[in-house]
Amino acid sequence: MSAPLTSLHRCCQRSALLLHVARQRWSSSSASPPPLHTRLLLFLTQRFYDVEMLLSWRSQLTRNQLQKKNAYYGYTQRFYGLDLASAYFILSLKGGFRFAGQSEWFYADQKGKFSWDFLNHKDTLLEEVDMSYTVINYRGLCNLEGQRSLRTLKLRGCPEVDDWLLARLHVFQDSLEDLDISHCPRITTGGLAALRNLKGLKRLDVSSLPGILSPGLVIILLEEMLPQCQITATGYDYSLNDAQGEEEEEHMQRQR
Amino acid sequence: MSAWRLRVKLRSATGLLVSTRPTQRHTSPYGPLTLCRSLSTGSHLRNEFFKDLEAQLAAFRKKAADALPGSSWSPLQINPNLPPERADIVIVGGGVLGWSIAYWLKQKEMVRGGVRVLVVEKDPTYSQASTVLSAGGIRQQFSLLENIHLSLASADFMRNINEHLGVLNEDPVDLQFNQSGYLFLASEEVAHIMEENYSTQRYAGAKVSLLSPTQLKQKFPWLNTDGVVLASYGLENEGWFDPWTLLNAFRRKAISMGVIQCCGEVTGLLPPSDTKTEKLNILTKKPRVQMPNSLEYQPVECAIVVNAAGAFSGKLTEMLGIGSGPKDSIAGIPLPVEPRKRYVYVVHCPDGPGLDSPFLIDYSGVYFRREGLGGNYIAGVSPEEAEEPDTSNLEVDYQFFEEKVWPCLAHRVPAFEKLKVTSAWAGFYDYNTFDQNGIIGIHPLINNMYLATGFSGHGLQHSPAVGRAVAELILDGNFKTIDLSNFSFRRILTQEPMLEINIV
Repeated sequence: MSAPLTSLHRCCQRSALLLHVARQRWSSSSASPPPLHTRLLLFLTQRFYDVEMLLSWRSQLTRNQLQKKNAYYGYTQRFYGLDLASAYFILSLKGGFRFAGQSEWFYADQKGKFSWDFLNHKDTLLEEVDMSYTVINYRGLCNLEGQRSLRTLKLRGCPEVDDWLLARLHVFQDSLEDLDISHCPRITTGGLAALRNLKGLKRLDVSSLPGILSPGLVIILLEEMLPQCQITATGYDYSLNDAQGEEEEEHMQRQR
Repeated sequence: MSAWRLRVKLRSATGLLVSTRPTQRHTSPYGPLTLCRSLSTGSHLRNEFFKDLEAQLAAFRKKAADALPGSSWSPLQINPNLPPERADIVIVGGGVLGWSIAYWLKQKEMVRGGVRVLVVEKDPTYSQASTVLSAGGIRQQFSLLENIHLSLASADFMRNINEHLGVLNEDPVDLQFNQSGYLFLASEEVAHIMEENYSTQRYAGAKVSLLSPTQLKQKFPWLNTDGVVLASYGLENEGWFDPWTLLNAFRRKAISMGVIQCCGEVTGLLPPSDTKTEKLNILTKKPRVQMPNSLEYQPVECAIVVNAAGAFSGKLTEMLGIGSGPKDSIAGIPLPVEPRKRYVYVVHCPDGPGLDSPFLIDYSGVYFRREGLGGNYIAGVSPEEAEEPDTSNLEVDYQFFEEKVWPCLAHRVPAFEKLKVTSAWAGFYDYNTFDQNGIIGIHPLINNMYLATGFSGHGLQHSPAVGRAVAELILDGNFKTIDLSNFSFRRILTQEPMLEINIV
C-alpha cells in the first residue's frame, strides 16, 4: 500500500524536473525572450573567451556527473554477481524493482536511502523494473543487459532516454511484455521504429511524447507494426483547432 | 563624437523647423482638400539637403575613422572573400569528410589557435556534392574489420553528437536518425560469404543477427522470401539519418572553433616562393584558390593539403602531374578515384511496408528504404560496370528504373507492384576503381598531401571516424584509435586490393 503512495509522491516531484528539461530542450521554439540572466550570460559569452570556457566547463561537469551515475558497475558485478549488481544500480539511480518469484518491490526514497535487504536474494533474476523519472541513459542500460527474463520496464518521464536506448532494448526481445516510455522528451519517431524487435510486447505506453510530430499517424503505424500489443497513447491533441483558426483568419482577410 | 551628434541633432531640429515653414506658407487658398505639396523647388532642395545631412555626417565620420591609424582600410580594394595568404592545413573539399577532418583537427589541437585550418569548397550550394545527395544510411555489415570499426565508431559519435558538436547557446543537433537496421538477403551462392561476414561482424562487436527464411517471413510478412536462403539483420546502431544536418553540424562547430571557410576552387598548385624549401621538398606546392566566376585567385601558403574532394579528387592529383609520369614509375600511377553516377528514385506505394521496414538490400543489388511516414520509399541499384551512366551531368534516367529496379523490387516485395515514381535524383560516388574502399594516408610522392577519398558510397557513414583518423595522422603522426594503415596508398602501388564483399 505504501508503494503506490511513494510513487505518487515521486511523480509530483519529478514533474518539476521534466518541466525544466522540456524548457531547456524547446527553448528555441518558445516565443518569449529568455530571462535577463540568460541574456546577460549570452552577451558575455559572445565577447569573452573566459565566460565561454566557464560555461562549457559547467555543461561538461553536468555531463560527467550524468555519465558517472550511469557508469558500468563492473566491480559490483564481479563480487556480487550480475543480478545484485543490476539491483544495486537501479537503487542508486533511485529506481525500483521486483525480483522474479517475490512479490515485494524494493525502492529507494527521495534522498537515495534504501534498505539492503535485497542482498539476501542472491542470483534471482529481476522481473519488473521501474526507472521512472531517473536519469538512466544508453550507458546505464548496459547494467541491466544481463536480465534476460525482464518482463516489465517502466521508463516514464526519463529525461535522458532517447532513441539509442530504445534500439538497445533488443536485448530483452524475448521476455519483455510491458514497456512504458511515456513523457520522455527525447524520443522521436525514429526510435519508435526500433521497437520492432520486441515482438513479445503486450503493453506499450507512448503517451505524451513531445518529440513526435504527427502522433496520430505514428500510433497507427505502431499498431500495425506490433499487432499483438496493446498501445496506450493518451495526452495528444488530435483536435482540428489549428486548422479552424487558420480558416477563420483567411475569411477575415478576404472580407477586408 | 557625441558633440558632433549633438550638433547634428540641433541641425536636424532646425532643419525640421525650416522645412515646416515653407509648407505652411504655401498652403492652397482653396482649403485643406487640395494638394498640400509645396510648389517651390528651393524649399524641396533644402529639405533634401537636411535629410541627407545625417547620412553625410555618418559617412564623414567613417572616413575620418578609417584615415586615423589603427583602421583596416587600404586604398587597394581587396576582395573580402579571398582566403588568407597563409594557413597551416588546407582541406580541399567542403563535404562531410572535409568538415569532419577540420573539426577533429581543431578538437585535437593542444592550444587555442594551434593549427590554422582552411576549408575550400567550390560550390556553397552543394548541388553536385555526394554528401547531400546520399541516401544517408549507416551500417556495420561489412566484411573488412576496419570498415566495421569505422562504422561502430561513427555510430558512437552520432549517439553522442551533442556532446561533440553542440555549440553553446545554439539549438541541439537532431540527426533524425531512424533506428531501423539493415537487412541483407543472400541467395544460395553467396550464403557462405554472408555467414563468414556475420562471424567477422560479431567478433568486431556489431549487433547483427542471422535469420532463416521462415523467421524472415514471420518478422516481415510483406517480404517474398523466394530464392532467399539466409538474411543478415542489424539490431542496433544501423539505420539512416539526414546527411545535411550532419554536414551543417560539423561546419557550425568547426567554424565556432576557428576554422576558416573559403568558397573557391583549387585550380592549381604553385611552386613555393621560398627557394630554400624548393630544394628540400620538390613537390611541396601551395594550392591556388580561384574565386567562383572570376579570374581572381589567391595562392595559399600551407604546410599540409588534405584531399577530401570526393568525386573530384582525381582532378586535384592530376594537377600535380600524378598519373602523367612514365608508366613504370610511381608518378605514372594515377589516383584511382573517379565520379560514378548513381540514381535514387523516390516512389510512393500506399500499401507498402510500415514503420518496421529496414534498409533492405537484395542479393541482386537492388535496395530500398522507407522515407518518412507517408508511404514513400527510396530505391535504387548500382548499375553494371559495362553500363555506367555518363558523369558529365546529374540527369536521371527513368528508363533505368523500369528496366533494372522495378522488376526486382516487385519480385521481392509484392506490394511494390503498384507503385508510382514521384521523383528522383542522381549523385556521384567517389568511386575507387581499384577496390571500392577508401584511400587514407599520405601520397608517397607528394609528401604534404593527405588523401581521404575514394569511399565509393560509404564516405558519409564513416565520416566522423575517418575525420578523427586523419586528424590523428596529421597531428599525432600515426593512427591512435582505429588502425587504418591497410587503407593507405601503398596497396595501389603494390596492387593488393582490399576488396569488400557487400557493396551497393
